[in-house]
Amino acid sequence: MNKRDLILEIGVEEMPARFVTDAMYQLADKVAAWLTENRIAFTEVEHYSTPRRLAVKVKEVAETQDDMEEELRGPAKKIAMDEKGNWSKAAQGFAKGQGVLADDLYFKEVKKTEYVFANRFTTGKPTIELLPELNRVIQTLHFPKNMRWGDMDFKFVRPIKWILFLYGSEVPELEIAGVHAGRNTTGHRFLGEEIEISTSSDYPEDLLGQFVIVHAEERKEAIRNQLNSIQEEENWLIPIDEDLLEEVNNLVEYPTALFGKFDEEFLNLPSEVLIISMKEHQRYFPVRDKEGKLLPYFVTVRNGDHNQLQNVAKGNEKVLRARLKDAQFFYEEDRNKSIDSCMNRLESIVFHEELGTIANKVSRIQKHAERTSELLRLDTDTRKTIQRAASICKFDLVTQMVYEFPELQGVMGEKYAKHFGEEDLVAAAINEHYQPRFASDNLPGTVIGSVLSVADKLDTIVGCFGIGIVPTGSTDPYALRRQAAGVLQILRQKGWPVQLEDLLSVVLDQYEEANLLKNERENVYKQLIEFFNTRLKTVMQDMNVRYDVIDAVLKSSIGRVDLLLARAEILVNELKNDSFKEANESLSRVLNISKNLNEHSSNVIPERFENEEERNLHEHYLAYKKVNDHLDSPENVRHVFNKLKELPQAIDRYFDNTMVNTDDEELRENRQAQMALLSKEICSFADFNQLVF
Amino acid sequence: MNLQEMILTLQRYWAEHGCFVMQAYDVEKGAGTMNPMTFLRSIGPEPWSAAYVEPSRRPVDGRYGENPNRLFQHHQFQVVIKPSPDNIQELYLNSLKEIGIDPLEHDIRFVEDNWEAPTLAASGLGWEVWLDGMEITQFTYFQQVGGLEAKPVTSEITYGIERLASYIQDKENVFDLEWHSGYTYHDLYYQSEFEHSKYTFEVSDVEMLFSLFNTYEKEAKRALEENLVFPGYDYVLKCSHTFNQLDAKGAISVTERTGYIGRVRNLARKCAKAYYEQREQLGFPMLKEKEVNVDE
Repeated sequence: MNKRDLILEIGVEEMPARFVTDAMYQLADKVAAWLTENRIAFTEVEHYSTPRRLAVKVKEVAETQDDMEEELRGPAKKIAMDEKGNWSKAAQGFAKGQGVLADDLYFKEVKKTEYVFANRFTTGKPTIELLPELNRVIQTLHFPKNMRWGDMDFKFVRPIKWILFLYGSEVPELEIAGVHAGRNTTGHRFLGEEIEISTSSDYPEDLLGQFVIVHAEERKEAIRNQLNSIQEEENWLIPIDEDLLEEVNNLVEYPTALFGKFDEEFLNLPSEVLIISMKEHQRYFPVRDKEGKLLPYFVTVRNGDHNQLQNVAKGNEKVLRARLKDAQFFYEEDRNKSIDSCMNRLESIVFHEELGTIANKVSRIQKHAERTSELLRLDTDTRKTIQRAASICKFDLVTQMVYEFPELQGVMGEKYAKHFGEEDLVAAAINEHYQPRFASDNLPGTVIGSVLSVADKLDTIVGCFGIGIVPTGSTDPYALRRQAAGVLQILRQKGWPVQLEDLLSVVLDQYEEANLLKNERENVYKQLIEFFNTRLKTVMQDMNVRYDVIDAVLKSSIGRVDLLLARAEILVNELKNDSFKEANESLSRVLNISKNLNEHSSNVIPERFENEEERNLHEHYLAYKKVNDHLDSPENVRHVFNKLKELPQAIDRYFDNTMVNTDDEELRENRQAQMALLSKEICSFADFNQLVF
Repeated sequence: MNLQEMILTLQRYWAEHGCFVMQAYDVEKGAGTMNPMTFLRSIGPEPWSAAYVEPSRRPVDGRYGENPNRLFQHHQFQVVIKPSPDNIQELYLNSLKEIGIDPLEHDIRFVEDNWEAPTLAASGLGWEVWLDGMEITQFTYFQQVGGLEAKPVTSEITYGIERLASYIQDKENVFDLEWHSGYTYHDLYYQSEFEHSKYTFEVSDVEMLFSLFNTYEKEAKRALEENLVFPGYDYVLKCSHTFNQLDAKGAISVTERTGYIGRVRNLARKCAKAYYEQREQLGFPMLKEKEVNVDE
């Protein structure tokens, strides 16, 4: 069959950089899916993009749609034929509907019923006739934000300027938003011009002649190489931030990297301030020396060639100078304030309308932190440091630097706190209490920072739940999920001897006291537990824990997060071999028999044991309980599990020789009590009933 | 090219491309968008093309004339065209050439910027235009104005005059810019920058400003009730500026802030609606006139 390459390019006014890559893949995927759906054979799909174009090239696209032979089922035989053996109305209708003659119908048995069938043959159409339908495909491209322009109702990411559409050397019909497909494309905005593409195979090369590197990955590599050569020539280190590179790549069609300089005096500013000024505002790559020290240079990527590069460098230097001058001004102003004056201003900054000001939040954090310190049995000095750090942890929110660069909250707090004479631990905790800021971020290094971080995050989570702000589906405006994940990470890594439930109660107490719970405390608590259970589920899924294990360990209370996760990990490993299956059956037997037993009446009287097996099981129970009661670190979970694994043998022997639900009431009660206690102790590890083999 | 020549060049350029060259509006405002020649004219189906310089007051940016980049009052060169022409980007880039900026010798980029004016219930999509890393222009396709859907879409180009001039004249400090042969920005504006800053931060009477805000708001409503759109809108602008003065003085807490912005927005919405209805009653007279001619 004859084949031709196909190229489709949508030219637009500059798209937002963050939309480009996703849209490029969407276009390629959707065009490929459309071809497949329409039975048009092809071999390869290539995608291209720049800020001004999205393109897809499909290789060896068949000139004709595949023919289609279908077997279509109609009504059952008894409906399809009348008593005389003629086609009924139903059968005739079916034939007509499918475009076949009634005489061509035949019968076939499906699941013991005979049905009428028809074969339909559809001849494939020429591809060129079908291609105009790609119009609809383009309209299904999804962008986070669309716009209208001119006097049209049509919405797209940015106004469409041209459509290049070639099938071999032919232009299929296509029109969108008043733009008709043609064989022309546009080169670089300043260096190139409008050109005609004669066949699709010329596509990337012809555009390169017009100063457009249309292959996004190649363009990115070109930037990377240019950064590397500057790095080598100047003997620098230019760390490549992949997110920044991705953004820069989608801001240029023909990249040329260049560097500029700034006054050394600005190196007195905190490096975080310099980096954010360069990266966030200007999309520059900061430069370091081989030892990693920040240098007074920056690298930027121009959308153009080498012409007058010094001009471009000079202009960028001027902009950065103005920005750094501003930053320097803020830095000096801020350092002339005092922590107290900043704290006073927090009283007029609203945290949340229903939860009060930031100052209110700070005083709650202080109380949560104090109670947490008690639970952790921290020494007096540490507690004092925690209290000082808690009381000023948000002061930098009203500094000019944080107003200008909100991402620097905490970072500036630490620097300014030191400047104002706070001790290092207090200063560090101000920064640490925001950690982890994102999934792979560092955790607070000190216990002080950790206590504050947990207190701050739980304060937000509990406060929001208390007034009915609960994350649902894709809406989580206060990033409560991220904050919960942060709390769990800290609890896991620090191995605090506290139950998550107790920490939640500490925070709930404050809110209840302040009368800030809009809903019943009990309901809020329930919702919180459910929320954290779901968060733990996510944590475990990321650890590749099987679903049944997740369910098993989440069945009882959460308790210590580190121990819960350690139990899950042990079970995952244990279930890799089948040998645990039998043990699991024995354990489950205990759980099942105890399901309906009343735990309150559980009081085992060893004197009432009748046989050796009862006594034996009781001893194993006590041995297991002893290590379980003293469980205080994830490392010991293995030890507990080993003791637990000794139970099944005793359980089997017990059941072989003992009837729990015996007629003798006294005996029965004692045996039931033994089962209930054992069951409770087993469940504290996991609900083995949930495991699937 | 001095600042005056720059303005004259831009005016001539856009006049040649079919714009009415208008004068700044005589009520205090924070941006050229608030001029009724943009805000009101971008409402409804009637075509419109205008270019003008707008002195824009931002009390909070006042720096007593001591900061090289920040001003109590700066100037915007505003171009609005409805419906947005297909070649609006090219028209804009050619205007840069007219004032001596050759794109081949610089790095010019269109970087995503979504514009939102909460006090005007207005929003749009577009870019900030970067010249060698400096934002020199806001480029917006209006999507909503005064709570009404902008249809047809107005394209708005807002040049930052001082920024462009500092680039063209290669000056670090805005006060060193030459306005007209031998006379600098300092000669013309230093004293007013200083006095306005001092007044805003030290002298202004907060109580009076609060009461003015209420008075202006009441009067805006009264005028609009009488179906007097333009006088009503003037008082909305006065409300907005008074709010900015109070805000700069730190007299409005964060909680109250949302409330005040909401009050101005409500008035802006009313004006937009009233303007649309008024034009509709008149049969959208500009539709009947010859469409403004924009060169391809």
